[in-house]
This record gives sequence, structure tokens and C-alpha cells, in this order.
Amino acid sequence: MRIALMADIHANRLALEACLEHARGQRMDRLVFLGDYVGYGAQPNEVMEQIMAEAARGATAVAGNHDQAVANDRDVMTPDAETAMAWTRGQLGPAARDFLSSLPLRFEDGTRLYVHASPQTYPPWIYIRESRDARRALEASRAQTVFCGHTHLPALHGITATGQLVSFTPVPSVPVPLPPHRRWLTVVGAVGQSRDGNPAAAYALLDTTTSEITHFRVPYDVQAAAASILEAGLPPALARRLREGR
Amino acid sequence: MHPETIAPGTILDGFCVGERIHRGGMASLWAASHPDIPFPLLVKAPILSEGTDPAAIVGFEMEQMILPRLSGPHVPKFIAQGTTGLQPYLVMERIPGPSLLPRLTQLPLPWAEVAALGARIAMALDDLHRQHVVHLDVKPSNLLTRPTGEMVLIDFGLSHHDELPDLMGEEFRLPYGTAPYMAPEQVLGFRKDPRSDQFALGVLMYFFVTGVRPFGDPQRLSGLKRRLWRDSVPPRLLRPDCPPWLQEIILRCLEVHPAWRYPTAAHLALALRHPDQVKLTARSEKLRQDSFTTVLRRRFADRELSIPTGKTPTQHDGDAPILAVAIDLSPEAAPTAELLRTMVAHMLPALPGARVACLNVFKLGRITLDQTVDDQGRNIHLQRLVELRHWAESLGLEEGRISFHVLQSPDSASAILHYVNANRVDHVVIGARASSLRRSLLGSVSSQVAAQAPCTVTVVRSRRLRKSDFSQEPEDQSDVPWTVG
Repeated sequence: MRIALMADIHANRLALEACLEHARGQRMDRLVFLGDYVGYGAQPNEVMEQIMAEAARGATAVAGNHDQAVANDRDVMTPDAETAMAWTRGQLGPAARDFLSSLPLRFEDGTRLYVHASPQTYPPWIYIRESRDARRALEASRAQTVFCGHTHLPALHGITATGQLVSFTPVPSVPVPLPPHRRWLTVVGAVGQSRDGNPAAAYALLDTTTSEITHFRVPYDVQAAAASILEAGLPPALARRLREGR
Repeated sequence: MHPETIAPGTILDGFCVGERIHRGGMASLWAASHPDIPFPLLVKAPILSEGTDPAAIVGFEMEQMILPRLSGPHVPKFIAQGTTGLQPYLVMERIPGPSLLPRLTQLPLPWAEVAALGARIAMALDDLHRQHVVHLDVKPSNLLTRPTGEMVLIDFGLSHHDELPDLMGEEFRLPYGTAPYMAPEQVLGFRKDPRSDQFALGVLMYFFVTGVRPFGDPQRLSGLKRRLWRDSVPPRLLRPDCPPWLQEIILRCLEVHPAWRYPTAAHLALALRHPDQVKLTARSEKLRQDSFTTVLRRRFADRELSIPTGKTPTQHDGDAPILAVAIDLSPEAAPTAELLRTMVAHMLPALPGARVACLNVFKLGRITLDQTVDDQGRNIHLQRLVELRHWAESLGLEEGRISFHVLQSPDSASAILHYVNANRVDHVVIGARASSLRRSLLGSVSSQVAAQAPCTVTVVRSRRLRKSDFSQEPEDQSDVPWTVG
């Protein structure tokens, strides 16, 4: 079975469509969304329609911090994120709000665990940026493989039974075997707001038959997505970072 | 039904296991066969018992990841992998030839044989490096010879793949490798530099020429680190008939800093195959080890020298290509030759590690093959070399980055292609014949090279105005003198 894993879509319709199209070309059998469907971007309703349609067809979806922030404003966000979130709350209809508030924080699928940020308890929403973050996250879970997003930076961490950790930045399009003697944590990267200097959308594809994971980078019309942010009157920095992938 | 263990007579997923041919500290090897596979096979399984070195299983995991991604004549062909009971295994092609290990009883070998062997190993390493892998355990027992002559690298348990997680690097604090052959940077735990394999090959060539290991066989980390500051005894001191050019090459491979070795293994192979073009430096003349004070200074004052710095070529990213420029020295081709030089001059600043091979083909008559001297008694071959050097003068390339080759063949295109294939040339720059009459009579060398070369080919042609430049009308294809092809 081939499972496409997509996180941090952030109301970027063009990036989501490009990734879905690419994943269909990769013969994906299942789709898993790892949270943060809204926030930052200018097309929350279009994105939510897609997510809800895929969920109705059987896709799995968990909630991210931005999805939770729609219903409550307790979490502290950066000023630009807060501005975008206030705007997003005014845009979303009741169906999308209901859908977002119904999402689970985690979903276990056999030996696989899907979460937005980390298997550790919330709050806070933890960023897995370094090996030691990954170690804590893996120690907080029993799953053989953990899949998450949140940092917007594709990464792969593996740990042995004796606690030896290997961390790796995946090379796009190169399948990486996940040997069974270790437990693995994959950060799939962001569909809708890249932060590693490459503006292309990112997602990952797990092949459970060969036990290989491939991180993909998918080009999409970044200029158009940035323009829609400016048109919506959202902070220009959010358009700029989309173009720069920062 | 899966058997619990692997033993002679076991059937593993259709593979029939034969006799055990090796049991080492890390893994066991069995001969094997499969009714649908026409060549002999090998089953490799890590030793999984109490007290086994944990590196055995990690090394096996690495080999499981790397071997299926490799191809070509310089590696054993991957066939299958699986697990029986709790025992994981790999099935691969069994190379029938022996390893270089038995040669150790015959050392020292004639230097010419070592140079030829070194070139073949360097070609195998270049092929591996182009597939994103640094072997990190190059030694006689890991080098096999195919019946067809190619060297085969085996055992990727300590290797680093540029596009895969490095389980071995993260897992162990101590460096893994084979003590006599480990590069200094590998001793320090740095596993990403393909030039570490050049160091190991340098050790092997030194050992084979002199019968002595350049850095001994230290058993402790402190002994391993000695090679960071203590240079080896120059090979010519131990083996006076070793030519200076070979000492130059061996000592360049053994340089402490990877950047002082050859940019790629293909450059090393080229040097070993063209001794007359090796630039001799102080290395070639050296007849004693560095002085006590130099060594002391290196050891205590110059420590940064031992830490790899700057850009590391974790892969062949193409900034150190071998560039072959095919130059027609005939008077009527002079404008093209000039254009060719301009083109190369424009390319070189972008390729700081490039090595330029200037080629000219001296056409032999198909019947008289021995006419190497022309009517005036001048040796054409030498004359051509002089002209090639003259052509390259204004490029201003230092010795060692440029070489000159007059190829003798009745067929220019096949001579160039042969050179390109034999020397792993990355990029050919060649001029198109100016006159279409000559082209139609002699055939187009450039188009044949462009069609058949296994690398990038730039065809240089002086811009001529076509009819279509003067009108919007479609060009008349039948107007041969104006078309180019």
C-alpha cells in the first residue's frame, strides 16, 4: 500500500492541488493529512472543501495548531499568523468549522502513528528540529513509525532499541528504506508554506510493501499563491516568504 | 515454510544454498544458485549471536540499503533480500575471480603492474562515487577481478551513501574501517568524502610496490591518528626502481588533506595511465621523511590541518570534470580551432577542478600502419604534440591540469570515442567541419561523436548567416551549401 502524507497546507489551494495530482501519478492508495489546513494562506474555504471531500472518500486527517486556533484563541501566535488567523475565522463557514473542531489530535493506524507536531502531549505544540527533539518524541510513543509535520522542514530520524539515533535530511525523490530494526519518525515537510529555502511544495509517500519512504518536492504556481495573499489584504511578509520558501 | 537458519541444502525463497565459503567476524557467506539465474550466486548473512559486534548488524543494514541501488560492472549484481526465521540475508552475484588478498604473498610487485592495477581500481571507484557511494573499506580482500578484467568492489557494510541515512556514522563513536587503509579524515569520523577511497588506494599501491604498509597496522586510535601528522617513508627509498611519477601519484593519494589529493578517482586513473603527463612536484623527488621539527609543528601547531574544511564533494557534482577537446590542426580548420579555444577559455572559470585533455587524431592509412615519419623526416607525432601545446598556450593552464594526446587511428571519430570511454571523459568539446564539401566527403566527425559519446558533447561551429536570416520564408532544405548538420 502506498500512503501519501501531507502536512501544513495552510490555505494554499494551488500547492495542495499540485501535491494531490503528483501523488495520484505516484499511484497512491491512501491519503493522510497531518494538520494545519488553514492559516497564513488566502484560500481557506477552497482548501477545506478539498480536505473534506478527500476525508469523505476515506482520507485520514488529524488536527494542527492552526486548525485548533480557529475555534479558540488561547494559543499565542506570531503577529502575522495572528492577523491571518483573525481573517481566516471571518472566512470559514460553519461546515468547515465543524469539520476542524471534530478532528482528532492523533490517529493510530496499526504500527503507524499520525500526529501534527509530536506524539508528546499538548500543549505546547512541540517543534522537532533536532535529533534530541526527535529522541524525546520517539520515547513518548510506542509506534514503529511516527509521521508528523509542524516544522515545515522535511526530516527523517531513526532510533534503535539501544537508543542510538540517526537523523537525516531526505533527498527529494530518493526512496529511503526504513529498516525494521529501528523505529522511525518522519517530518514530511509543508505542502503550503515551505521554509527550507526551496519554495516547492513538499509531501512524503510511504510504501508499506517495500517499507520505503520518499520525500517529494512539487513545483506549483508560487507567484499566484503569493498574489492571492496580497489581494486578500493579508500581511505582505506572508506572500514574500512563500516566494522565498523561508 | 521458512527454515530458521541458513545451512547447505537450505532453500531460501527459491535460492538453493550451497557450501559456506566464508565466516568472518561480521557475516557468513554461502555459495548459492537459482534455476532461473544463469550465473553463480552468493548468500550473505550477518552473524547474530550474543557478543557479536553491533556493527555487524548495522553494517548489514547499510549493505541492504546500498547494494540494491548500485549497478554496473564494478559491483556485484544485487539479486534479492529477505529474512528467514530471524536471520536476514542478501543474495547477490558471486564474482568468480579471486580477490587481491592472495597477492600479498607476492609483494613487492613490479611497479608497472601496480600502476595498471591502480588505474583499474580507480576506474571502479570512480564508477562507485558517481553512484553516490563512498566505499570507506578499500583493501585487497574487498577487490575482486571479473574474468573480463574489471575490478569489482565488494562489501558495502562500512560505506556511506550520499542520499541515504548514514546508520554507521551515527551509531558508533569510534571510526570503523581497516586500520592500515583508513584515510585521516575517516579516522576523525568524517565519512562523506569520496577522496577517502583515494587514500586507501594510495596505501594499497604503496604496499604493493614496496611490500611495506605506509602507516603500519596500528591497533589503537592513537596509532591510527599518527597518520595525521607523520608522513610515510617515500616509496623510492624502499624501492629505488619505482619511477618518480608513480611516487608522485602515490604520495598525492596519501596526502593528509583530501583537497590535496586528486579531485576525483577518474583524474587519478588518468594520471596512472598517462605517466608522461604527470606533473612532477617535490613529492616525486622526496627520498626521506619530513624532518622532526616539521612533524612536531604539524602535530602541535597546525592542528586545523587535520580537520576537513571547505566544500566536500559528497558526490560528483560536476565541478571537476575531465574535459576532452578534439582539435583539428589542419590549416583550413584554423578558424574553428580558434573558436574552440575561446569556448574552452569561457568554460574553465566555472570549472575550477576541470582537467583538460587536448586530443588530435593522426590518421593512419588503413593499409600502411607504420608510417609515423613524414616526407621531411619529421616525426608527425611529436610535431602534433608541439602544435597542441601551442594551441593551448593562451589558456594559461598549469601543468597537471592539461595534457596532450595524439591518437593514431584511421578513423577520427572512433579514436576520440575510444579515448572518451577509456578515460571517463565527462565532456567533449569538438569543432564542426567548416566546409560542407569536406564534411560530405569525409563524414562528420563531430556528429558521430555527439551521437555516440556517453557524455556531454559541445559542438563548436562558427556562426554563418543562413538564407533564413534574411527573409521570413521557410528555409529551402535542399540548399545544401547553406544548411549545417
